[in-house]
Amino acid sequence: MVDESSLAPVPSSVSQVLPADLLLATELCKSFGGIRAVDHAEIRVARGSITGLIGPNGAGKTTLFNLLCNFITPDQGRVIFDGVPISHLPPHQVALQGLLRTFQVPRVLSRLSVLENMLLAAPLQTGEKFWNSWLQPLRIRQEEQELRQRAWAILESVGLAAKANDYAGALSGGQRKLLEMGRVMMHRPRMVLLDEPTAGVNPTLINQICEHIVRWNQGGVTFLIIEHNMDVVMSLCQHIWVLAEGKNLADGPPREIQTNPEVLRAYLGQ
Amino acid sequence: MVGYLISLGIFTATFALFSLGLNLHWGYTGLINFGHVGFLAIGSYTTILLGIAGVPMFFAVFAGVVLAMGLGFSMGMATLRLREDYLAIVTIGMAEIVRLIALNEDWLTRGGRGVYGFPLPFAQFNPNIPTKLGMIALFWAVVGAAAWQWWQWLERQYGRSRLRWLLPSYAALLIAGTLSLWATLLPLSLGREIAIFPLVLTLLTLGGAIALVSHYCRPDKPAVIPIALNTLAAALGGLVVKALTLGLWDFSYRAGLLWLLVLVLALVVWQLERLIHSPWGRVLKAIREDEEVAKALGKNVFAYKMQSLLLGGAIAAVAGSFYAWQLTFINPDGFVSLITFQGWTIVVLGGAGNNMGPLLGAALFWAYTALTRFIPLDGGRLEALRMMLIGLVLIILMMWRPQGILGKKEELSLGR
Ligand SMILES: Nc1ncnc2c1ncn2[C@@H]1O[C@H](COP(=O)(O)OP(=O)(O)OP(=O)(O)O)[C@@H](O)[C@H]1O
Ligand SMILES: [Mg+2]
Repeated sequence: MVDESSLAPVPSSVSQVLPADLLLATELCKSFGGIRAVDHAEIRVARGSITGLIGPNGAGKTTLFNLLCNFITPDQGRVIFDGVPISHLPPHQVALQGLLRTFQVPRVLSRLSVLENMLLAAPLQTGEKFWNSWLQPLRIRQEEQELRQRAWAILESVGLAAKANDYAGALSGGQRKLLEMGRVMMHRPRMVLLDEPTAGVNPTLINQICEHIVRWNQGGVTFLIIEHNMDVVMSLCQHIWVLAEGKNLADGPPREIQTNPEVLRAYLGQ
Repeated sequence: MVGYLISLGIFTATFALFSLGLNLHWGYTGLINFGHVGFLAIGSYTTILLGIAGVPMFFAVFAGVVLAMGLGFSMGMATLRLREDYLAIVTIGMAEIVRLIALNEDWLTRGGRGVYGFPLPFAQFNPNIPTKLGMIALFWAVVGAAAWQWWQWLERQYGRSRLRWLLPSYAALLIAGTLSLWATLLPLSLGREIAIFPLVLTLLTLGGAIALVSHYCRPDKPAVIPIALNTLAAALGGLVVKALTLGLWDFSYRAGLLWLLVLVLALVVWQLERLIHSPWGRVLKAIREDEEVAKALGKNVFAYKMQSLLLGGAIAAVAGSFYAWQLTFINPDGFVSLITFQGWTIVVLGGAGNNMGPLLGAALFWAYTALTRFIPLDGGRLEALRMMLIGLVLIILMMWRPQGILGKKEELSLGR
């Protein structure tokens, strides 16, 4: 179980202190053949918050994530990140804006080492440009050095330092989740979309993951989290959006959502 | 014998260069390129046609590279944004188009009759003794660097202490190799066909002996087969080094060509290694593993795939120039799809995703081709038998070592 008091460090008034939404998506629609996976959905995420996104299986949550990052092109709708429309940007450009995502089924680069997985994530490295291998070899070496230090620090904080030189493909499911989150943090994101960060993870590790999320959040990173584990959602999030059959069902602070009869009917099955 | 080894060396090095490009595509970026021969063809034809037109050789090669990159660019624009199987289809088609253009545009390429009498590097080159010595020294510098890298790799692979036993063995082998060369030169007067057998027998015996010695010395962790194979490879490599040294001394056109090829190959391998270990190479490998992840982390997957395609194509185009210079006669039959698949065989054999893989694969492939030449069958049947055998070898390899000879075994058990 997650201890509520220790995990709610961000005051609920944050969204009022910083009135502008960091992420705002309106009227998003996506159909797959006959299925309306996302149907005129709306979502707002306040700057500096941890926001939850819940809904039954197949509600369209993952699809909504894909739409937000433009991994899937929406049929219609707008996504605005930090006041700038991003719906027209290709996925890698969205990431370079500082909006990062993880995957529901963790995706690691199997035949790269855990450390290389981390190093890869740093954005706009000098050595990523082809010609710079010859033009700026010293700068590249220096950058690599710094990246390595940062990667080690993050790996240590998520408890993967011992695995740094192993193949990422040799990690267990929970370790992959941790690597994926660490990798995203390596990018120094402004906002992270986490797709079920605690799925398939044991309770102790769940607590750890929650602590990491809170710590990173205190460091200034905004989170939007899809999660089925209600304890986690209720303790972490300041605001929760509920999606069912691709449509917005409700949104509000955890206590309101917990008692919302519609949500209970559609989702909690009570 | 010297001339024969040099010819074999040129083919090996040309195909190694060719396959290095393919390895960059497939082994490092995960691009399925079934039309690699298209780059080779463009490189060949551009170099020799411009050469005939009087363009200096260096610029002719450069133009071939640029045109091949143009081909790569159009392949990439057409397919890289699509799913990867489309690249396979389009590349195979584009390579065929290049070949058909060469076959049908008679005014440009003389069609099926082919092109010959084009200028060759070193054709009118008569080096004096200091020049020859300089060339030999440069060659030996490359050989020395390669041997050093090889040794370092062996140390990493098998541990320094175990290799201690190998050093004297290698010294013994160097002497034995020289002796065996002389032993081979004797029956050479009886004809080349018989000469190769005692040579190979000698080498096999030596490799086996060394393996036994090392096994006897360190029975705790037997690495008999790899050490024997490395020994054998060193012996064969030594023979080629010796052949080229002799060849450079009695300077011939082909010796000059192999010399140049060795330098180019060394340069390409060296720079590819640098690139692959740079952040740029890391992105390529990430794309090979899972391009969605690369995208999610802000990498422009399309641009990297394109760069890989262009660079690999450029390398194949340079290989094309040497291909033409070695054959001294080029027609479209030299650029059938079979060549692409020989490249794939080489990459798979050696181990994809390792720049040494194509070198080893090419050496094995041409050693195989050279040895099977002595099977007493007529041309068509021999060709068919060779294909069957290489197919069999690949099947066995896929069962015994699907990651290729130099591939890492641990990688096989990884989940995605
Ligand atoms: N690529 C696709 N092609 C066709 N249908 C899809 C595709 N992706 C999702 N769907 C459908 O869209 C609906 C929403 O799927 P989505 O993955 O977004 O659900 P989810 O809310 O993430 O569910 P879960 O909680 O189980 O992860 C489902 O009915 C699914 O079958
Ligand atoms: Mg989902």
